[in-house]
Amino acid sequence: MIEVINLSKSFQNNKAVNNINFNIGKNEIIGLLGPNGCGKTTTIAMILGLLKPTKGKILINKKNIEHHRIELLHKMNFISPYIELPKKLTVKQNLIVYAKLYNVKDINERIDYLSSTLRLSKIINSLTGELSSGQKNRVSLAKSLINNPSVLLLDEPTASLDPETGNFIRSFLEDYINQKEISILLASHNMVEVERLCTSVMMMKSGEIIDRGTPNELIKKHGRKNLEEVFLKLVRTEDEF
Amino acid sequence: MYGLFLRHFFLIKSSFPRILDLIYWPSIQIILWGFISKFFSAYSDYYNNTVGIILTCAILYDFLFRSSISFNMLFLEEIWSRNFTNLFIAPMKISEIIISLVFTALIRTLIGLVPAILLTSPLFGISILKLGIPLFFLFLSLYIFGITLGLFVSSGLIRFGPSFENIAWSSLFLLAPLGCIYYPIEILPEFFQILAKGLPLVYIFDETRNILVNNFVNFQNILNAFYLNAIYLLIGICLFYFSFSKARKKGSLINMGE
Repeated sequence: MIEVINLSKSFQNNKAVNNINFNIGKNEIIGLLGPNGCGKTTTIAMILGLLKPTKGKILINKKNIEHHRIELLHKMNFISPYIELPKKLTVKQNLIVYAKLYNVKDINERIDYLSSTLRLSKIINSLTGELSSGQKNRVSLAKSLINNPSVLLLDEPTASLDPETGNFIRSFLEDYINQKEISILLASHNMVEVERLCTSVMMMKSGEIIDRGTPNELIKKHGRKNLEEVFLKLVRTEDEF
Repeated sequence: MYGLFLRHFFLIKSSFPRILDLIYWPSIQIILWGFISKFFSAYSDYYNNTVGIILTCAILYDFLFRSSISFNMLFLEEIWSRNFTNLFIAPMKISEIIISLVFTALIRTLIGLVPAILLTSPLFGISILKLGIPLFFLFLSLYIFGITLGLFVSSGLIRFGPSFENIAWSSLFLLAPLGCIYYPIEILPEFFQILAKGLPLVYIFDETRNILVNNFVNFQNILNAFYLNAIYLLIGICLFYFSFSKARKKGSLINMGE
């Protein structure tokens, strides 16, 4: 479970994140939407302990990430298209390395499970650098699930993927959350994906959460046809036109 | 053509490390070889009876160079492969990162060094093992200093990102003239002698030459090197922790490599 309390982050005079609050319970996927530079990645980085908040705190399973960083990271993981795995290692070697780093007990069993559920069997001995974007994405997802995390942070997990692979990843996540006790924060620009996966959505703009609710609640509240229209209504400002 | 020139001009103009890099190499080469030339012109009979001092010192210096670069390379490879963030969200303490890098760097260094040592005997009739048991202490001392330099540079990489990469490559060459690898400390101007005495390298290479020329071991030199190494290593470790803390405030651990 994730609890974000009065969280702020400033870089010099720029407030990247300004006093945000939210909770993510077990078996919930919460969507974090907003334009580029609105503070989504900064928020995720603070939850992961990569970035020190200027103010506020983050509790993971009731423990403060600032004080229990290493202990909590054992049960957390992250995927982003902007972060890659070593290209000169095979898929299996990469998964073994991360399984060791996360102290996974039954490494072979875990890799076999992820390999079969994420369709990696045929590429398990291929060099990671030689894979297609879709294959790399599935390998990164396998890495992010190697430690069976109870908190998973997804930063645009299906960005630049073809529709089939994107759909596969979404279906996989839907099944996974039904089988495991996990809290997921999903930052995405894909509104269809967010509508399909998320139990609740937070709209971020200029470092603040400007609205939140289930996708249907937000669509109704703003009198729009879909989440994309809600997004456009909320994030656009007069000076942008 | 002008466009391509501008592309590189803008890059150089906006990056102080790049400008420094352009100035740095010629200056260091001139200073190092200037001191070597000065030494040989003043003391041309110094090495007369001892074949291989230069080569032995070169091997020891290379060991230092390899150990430091190996440490830095482990960091740089994570940056180049854009895997840096993945490592820092893994549940590893800073102390565990340092220890694993120290041992991995040792293996990398030995892989490069052992063949070089083996080649010197058949090619030049020189065996570095002539230094005897003190050789172990000299290697250990050099390794600790190499790792310490690696810690300094890696701290810079964590704090300032890939733009610090050039410093990683050039850090050891800065110390080469002051380290008195191929000549005694007396050859340096007085001010540089004061600086050089603060480096363990001076004692290590002075002792290497002493053993080979005089067949006598002065353990005080070896101890001096270890004392200085202990101080620098402690500073290096503290700096690494400090840089990590600063990087967490500044955000340089996110998307490193871009």
